[in-house]
Amino acid sequence: MQANDQSWDLVIEPGRSEKNYWNDLWRYRELFYILSWRDIKVRYKQTVIGAAWSIIRPLLTTIIFTFVFSRVAKLQNPGDAPYALMVFAGMLPWQFFSNALSESSNSLVGNANLITKVYFPRMIIPASSVITSLVDFAISFLILLGMCIWYQYLPSWQIIFLPLFILFAFICAFGVGLYLTAVNVKYRDFRYIIPFIIQFGLYITPIGFSSSVIPEQYRLLYSLNPMVGVIDGFRWCILGDPMHWQSFFVSMGISILFLWIGVRYFRKMEKTFADSI
Amino acid sequence: MISHEGRERYKALRDEISQAAAGWLGRSTKQKKTKEEFWALKDVSFEVDKGDRVGIIGRNGAGKSTLLKIISRITEPTQGRISIKGRVASLLEVGTGFHPELTGRENIFLNGAILGMSRREIRAKLDEIIAFAEVEKFLDTPVKRYSSGMYVRLAFSVAAHLEPEILVVDEVLAVGDAAFQKKCLGKMEDVSQNEGRTVLFVSHNMGVVSQLCNKGILLSQGQVKLQGEMKKVVDAYLRSDDAQQQYRLKDPGQKKNYFTAIDIVNTKGEVQSDFAFDEPMTLRFSFLIQEPANGLQIGIGLEDKFNTRVFTILREIEYFDASDGTVHGEVELPASLIAPNTYSFVFAIWTRSGKVYDLQSGICPVTIHDNGTEYALYEGVDYGNVIIQPKWSSPKA
Repeated sequence: MQANDQSWDLVIEPGRSEKNYWNDLWRYRELFYILSWRDIKVRYKQTVIGAAWSIIRPLLTTIIFTFVFSRVAKLQNPGDAPYALMVFAGMLPWQFFSNALSESSNSLVGNANLITKVYFPRMIIPASSVITSLVDFAISFLILLGMCIWYQYLPSWQIIFLPLFILFAFICAFGVGLYLTAVNVKYRDFRYIIPFIIQFGLYITPIGFSSSVIPEQYRLLYSLNPMVGVIDGFRWCILGDPMHWQSFFVSMGISILFLWIGVRYFRKMEKTFADSI
Repeated sequence: MISHEGRERYKALRDEISQAAAGWLGRSTKQKKTKEEFWALKDVSFEVDKGDRVGIIGRNGAGKSTLLKIISRITEPTQGRISIKGRVASLLEVGTGFHPELTGRENIFLNGAILGMSRREIRAKLDEIIAFAEVEKFLDTPVKRYSSGMYVRLAFSVAAHLEPEILVVDEVLAVGDAAFQKKCLGKMEDVSQNEGRTVLFVSHNMGVVSQLCNKGILLSQGQVKLQGEMKKVVDAYLRSDDAQQQYRLKDPGQKKNYFTAIDIVNTKGEVQSDFAFDEPMTLRFSFLIQEPANGLQIGIGLEDKFNTRVFTILREIEYFDASDGTVHGEVELPASLIAPNTYSFVFAIWTRSGKVYDLQSGICPVTIHDNGTEYALYEGVDYGNVIIQPKWSSPKA
């Protein structure tokens, strides 16, 4: 019996899901909304101060970083903004990135019961946990506004480009997150490696200091860390700090490459998730 | 409609993680490759028409769940193809995706979305779902505070109100209390018979399968052994090698007191699994008692194909001669009593205080054939499990 493809709603055969992948992703968008909503809803359940955590964590880190890098190490801000504001403009995307990374890398394992029982494009799960981190990001963004008022600092006009850099941060977090999620399903070792990557990144990424302290000849090498471009962009937008465009494009290229690798690897591994989780 | 042809599935049984770890330690070159091919399903072809209620039965590991997983797209087949017309929803486990921190109402939406309903559909059916689950009062309580019964009721209720053209069900009915189970069965029948949905149902409970399904597929070691009318498939399963014809102990494990062999024999002492209605049936069994206890006894029960007990007989252990280790016993069941049908036995060793040492159920299937009772006309009709010879009379006023 040779079934004609048109007369069937669904044909299952090896490799078939590859072809309908992006269609399916669109068809399951409702599930994506509802999973994101669930993650946001339960994120701060049974905590006393709830969503205030997404304000307190970056704020305290910023205070410590400002003290250490500005007062103890006596580093200078190349622009005219207060040092704390510069630190926070870097802390904001970094917190988003690190949250997204740790949330999404555990998301598939945490939703194992769904994966082994129901079909849907698996990419929905890490994507919805990145969205959750984006909500945290939006809340912390309010502190930035508060700090601007406190320091009576008027952000530069470039702030209108900020959404682009948020998108850039999203691409960066999603790409790396996808890859780590997929590896984590198979090799649970990554559960221990990821916190380490995040801690490591906190120091090699220009959060407590401006990337302009990096010697010029190492600048391009330094911007292989995609978050360098994101943070530089944030500082350019908010504080009007000078922008090193060359290294920015390197960072952007790297994060798009990560996204490509992430999506490819994720889709390659996706078929075996139900078996190996 | 589902059509299904020559679908095969490949599974490599290997522990890649340990292999990779070994690789990192540089030992992989010395290690032999431990790949082993195993086909969970091979050359399975069948067609299901719209409105069919198909029961898929077979022993553990026969490939039933793998088949459902492939149909519901959880895993991808290695070879072959399945063509489906209509929306498929799978109920592989009730309450999939329930989040304990969310309230009942929120979980209805979440679970509905996971099972493939749109928010609009859920909203339209919300009242019906809540009423069916009987949880009105606790709708805004997090489900982690629900009793397990309430939890299951809510979960099943969401699933039962799905409206897919094809419903794939894997043993979800073994939940809740008896009253709710009955309600679930009713709902399942409603869905399949009155609303004309196609249902694929996997279960070990032959009774539920026979009640619910009109067609059956018997899987054995990843292959279709028989398909056709449900009743015939159930009978075939009960009499197949898959259900054990004779009981032989393979590995006592931790057991101290246990059966070593059980046979059903005819009057000539030959092992047999088909008996005539008026033919006496003798159970011959051997067991071993290594841990004597007070009130130790053996019990034998007969069950029909719906796992309903027909009778139970007991004997205290002291009755048997245990002089040479393994104890042998025989019991002859009266002829012309058990109604023609298919049955299986339950054998147990336990103490009167309730400690069970060995329990073997569903063993030694036998079929009793009608050889001329007055009920022969009614073959296939449920007229009970025993035929008795009552004393009738018709006294005048």
